[in-house]
Amino acid sequence: MSKNVHHLLGIKGLEKGQIETILDTATNFSELLQAPVKKTPALRDITIANLFFENSTRTRVSFELAEKRLGADIINFSSSSSSVKKGETLIDTVNNILSMKVDMVVMRHPAPGACLFLSKHINAQIVNAGDGTHEHPTQALLDAFSIKQKLGDISGKKVVIVGDIKHSRVALSNIYCLKMLGAEVMVCGPATLIPKHIEKLGVKISYNLDEALKWCDVANMLRIQLERQDQRFFPSLREYSTLYGLDLNRLNKLDKEITIMHPGPINRGVEISSDVADSQHSIILQQVENGVAVRMSVLFLLAQHKL
Amino acid sequence: MPNKGKILLSLDHTKLILKRFALELIEKHQSFDETAIIGLQPRGIELANALRLEIENLIGRSIKFGELDHTFFRDDIGRGEIHIPKPSKINFSTESLNIIIVDDVLFTGRSVRSAIDAVMSFGRPKRIELLVLVERLFERELPIKPDYYGVLVDSRNTNNYVRVEWEASNEVQVWLLENKDHE
Repeated sequence: MSKNVHHLLGIKGLEKGQIETILDTATNFSELLQAPVKKTPALRDITIANLFFENSTRTRVSFELAEKRLGADIINFSSSSSSVKKGETLIDTVNNILSMKVDMVVMRHPAPGACLFLSKHINAQIVNAGDGTHEHPTQALLDAFSIKQKLGDISGKKVVIVGDIKHSRVALSNIYCLKMLGAEVMVCGPATLIPKHIEKLGVKISYNLDEALKWCDVANMLRIQLERQDQRFFPSLREYSTLYGLDLNRLNKLDKEITIMHPGPINRGVEISSDVADSQHSIILQQVENGVAVRMSVLFLLAQHKL
Repeated sequence: MPNKGKILLSLDHTKLILKRFALELIEKHQSFDETAIIGLQPRGIELANALRLEIENLIGRSIKFGELDHTFFRDDIGRGEIHIPKPSKINFSTESLNIIIVDDVLFTGRSVRSAIDAVMSFGRPKRIELLVLVERLFERELPIKPDYYGVLVDSRNTNNYVRVEWEASNEVQVWLLENKDHE
């Protein structure tokens, strides 16, 4: 990779115009994915390594499919079945993979900043597929794409992000992305799961789900990230679900229709009830579908050094 | 408006060519029941539209028409120039249809090669034909020839290029310019 290397490390490093280019290009890919032949040879001379140091279903499958649809060669790697278990460092692992002539690395890692760190030490383009509690840029992009697809525009729309804001990379990337595109953003959850000073990012805060739902056009429900919590942030899941779980009763009390999103995986009956997750208000499966087009767009533009 | 060039085709001449294209296409494809016209983004769209109007006037009914972006099928992605796709609008399957790909200038043939791939992703056409307003001779990098062309230009070993400018769907100026840097 001899030219200026470009990466997608987070939404924070992007400009509004770049986000718009990604979303516009994703529209083209979304149309292509509806055509009988869903493949293009655009990245046929590019090799991409998917390095997943943390569990993933959607993101991993979605990236893999996006890469295959673009004709790239791919290598899949997961830490559980690799030499990382034998004590190899991140840089050594990646450099060994890169020595086999890999152009791009899609990485998920439990440490915040892992992708930034890697981008400074290795000679390949990095796409952040989630780094700890920091950012998950492609999720925010596909969320923005899905809101735009459903509501026509993002500017001026009111989006509430509900749940474990403190441990959520999806929340942070979504806040950056939605604010940049002109939406109003609110975070809602128990005080213990709302980071201090988050209002400095220009978001509203609510501790009452019913009030937040009344205010919003879109509610993005987040999972409680028990795997990142080393202490108890609320008395019980049952109490959390009573206060912050979205069920049909809560929705029916509203005098308007709102759009329900969830980045997955869903804990049915905790942050969202089954009748809401499977209802017509929910665009959860459209988000997953759009993920492929948005990731194709990101990879396609990165390959051209456009990001 | 370019300042260092000569006009290759006058407006009247272009109108005659459009009429000729329409008549030739009707002669070959008759009712257009199994034929569609597809303009290439970005610069083939105006010509394709003008041609569609001409044909529809002559046969008295509407024909299948699409706009195609072939960016994702190019062979030069990541090799310098940045390509941002424009929308494709093809609301029909190309399966078993005669497809007429329309572009303004045929130069290296690489765009047409990627356009053929792009058309194939919408189905398996019965036949694909190529129609261009300006055929630049001896400049091909791939074995591709137009089935219909408006005018031939030989600009071998010069730095010249051809620019087709549309003002309205039937108002066109075709220029031969001396220096590529003008674009």
